[in-house]
Amino acid sequence: MTTLPVLLTPGKAALSRPSGDGWRDLFGGGALGVVLAALGISILAGNAHAAPSLGGSPGVLAILLKWAPLVFQGFLFNLLVSVLSMLAGTGLGLWLGLGRVSQLQVLRRVSGAVIQFFRNAPWLVLLFYCMFLLPFSVSLPFGTVPLPDAAKAVIGLSLPVMANVAEIVRGGVQSIPLEQWESGEALAFSRRQILWMVILPQCLRRMIPPWMNLYAILTMSTTLISVVGIQDSMTLARAALVAEGRTELFIPMYLMLLSWFFLYCYPIARGTAALERGFRVRI
Amino acid sequence: MERIADFFRWLNDAHGVNLSIFYDAFDRSRFLEGLWTTVELSTICTALSLAIGVLGAWLQGARFGLVRQLVQAYIQFFRNTPPLVQLFFFYFAIGNELPHVLDEHGMLVPPISNVGWAILSLSLFAGAFNVEIFRAGIEAVPRAMVEAAESLGYSRLGIYWHVLLPLAFRISLPALNNNLVNLVKTTTLAYAIAVPELLYAAAQIWSEVLNVREMMNVLLVTYVALIAVLVAIMARWERALRIPGYDP
Repeated sequence: MTTLPVLLTPGKAALSRPSGDGWRDLFGGGALGVVLAALGISILAGNAHAAPSLGGSPGVLAILLKWAPLVFQGFLFNLLVSVLSMLAGTGLGLWLGLGRVSQLQVLRRVSGAVIQFFRNAPWLVLLFYCMFLLPFSVSLPFGTVPLPDAAKAVIGLSLPVMANVAEIVRGGVQSIPLEQWESGEALAFSRRQILWMVILPQCLRRMIPPWMNLYAILTMSTTLISVVGIQDSMTLARAALVAEGRTELFIPMYLMLLSWFFLYCYPIARGTAALERGFRVRI
Repeated sequence: MERIADFFRWLNDAHGVNLSIFYDAFDRSRFLEGLWTTVELSTICTALSLAIGVLGAWLQGARFGLVRQLVQAYIQFFRNTPPLVQLFFFYFAIGNELPHVLDEHGMLVPPISNVGWAILSLSLFAGAFNVEIFRAGIEAVPRAMVEAAESLGYSRLGIYWHVLLPLAFRISLPALNNNLVNLVKTTTLAYAIAVPELLYAAAQIWSEVLNVREMMNVLLVTYVALIAVLVAIMARWERALRIPGYDP
């Protein structure tokens, strides 16, 4: 964003400062520092706590490092689920969003209702719905395709993503001034041509920040699959804690998991904010 | 009442659609208690998260850099980590470290129950978003308002409480709406630590009565209706708060 020198206020902004500016925010305003410090303290405290009773047993850090690769595999599975759900949700949501701005009133109404429904339903409930009510396999013309639990989870997560993407598409299309449609018509483009060759390329830029934001939310929501019984990082972290049976491990383990998610999601949030600032025009 | 129960009994016998919450008093009471817990949880968390938002937005304007930095760290941490992991971190990790206390029956119990942790964790989660929302609202209030209040001799707190916040609140209501809807949806996470809210109650019913399909649909419809009620209340509130002639 460019700010004309005239617009700069003299002195310091006293009452509130915009967040997201400045190099310090690169690390979450110290959030990562605080998490890592807490992790370090909890490891040291755990060691001190355990030392008298369990002489000669491995330290908290050693146990944590022993389980980290396994939990990290689960974390990678979370990311895989998030990518697949995002792809499916975006593919479906694009069409739903276009239906929302269609010229057919029926199509507009139906898409609107579908969007509202899936946006208002809690993610966890939708996930339960898909896990329990989808069949174990679907028969297609060329044969029966098994539907493993992970696939059901991806479907369950892609439904709310679909509705949110549709809303982003609708917002993007409606943010383009009507004159663009009119000039397209004046140049004898068909409606479909205007939509795909004039309108959508323009709103793509505006749709990227909310889309990235949605992806970050989805990534954080993938931990919900542990509630419906799929082995992800949460399940594995809990299994590791049960296997070790040492209470001083609890805090470091969860902090480690939280810091991974933070390291993945925070750059996305930063990128979103930067893109939004870039698109904003100050007059 | 009896006729409604008879109708749903008939529906079960004739068509196999088993909506036990309409004819079985025990299931109905469980379901309604779950619904009530969800409403309670949402209301308390809403109030707490609003308080956190107001406090945080005020602290973000603090003179000390460290305070601003800590508020920023809090926001970024809670916004960029999964709420479910946060909940588990609070309930299992922190809850485990706290010393147990004696209750009125002389039993050793954790000082904060699972409901308490759910309220705390969800409020902190939603509060982080509220701080950002209020901050954006405060920034949207014209500087001239603050300067006018300063020239009238208001203190920093006075400006915040009497001038900035009332205006900023109205500006941020639409974003706040979104976040509160999100909060109600997030209360389902409390299921994971066995808080008997709506999802938990429904899961208990469907695992005993074996009417998963029917209860799932009831559950979805109930949540969508609950959120529709919330949206209607917020829309009314937004209209009631509108200052005639002042359009931010």
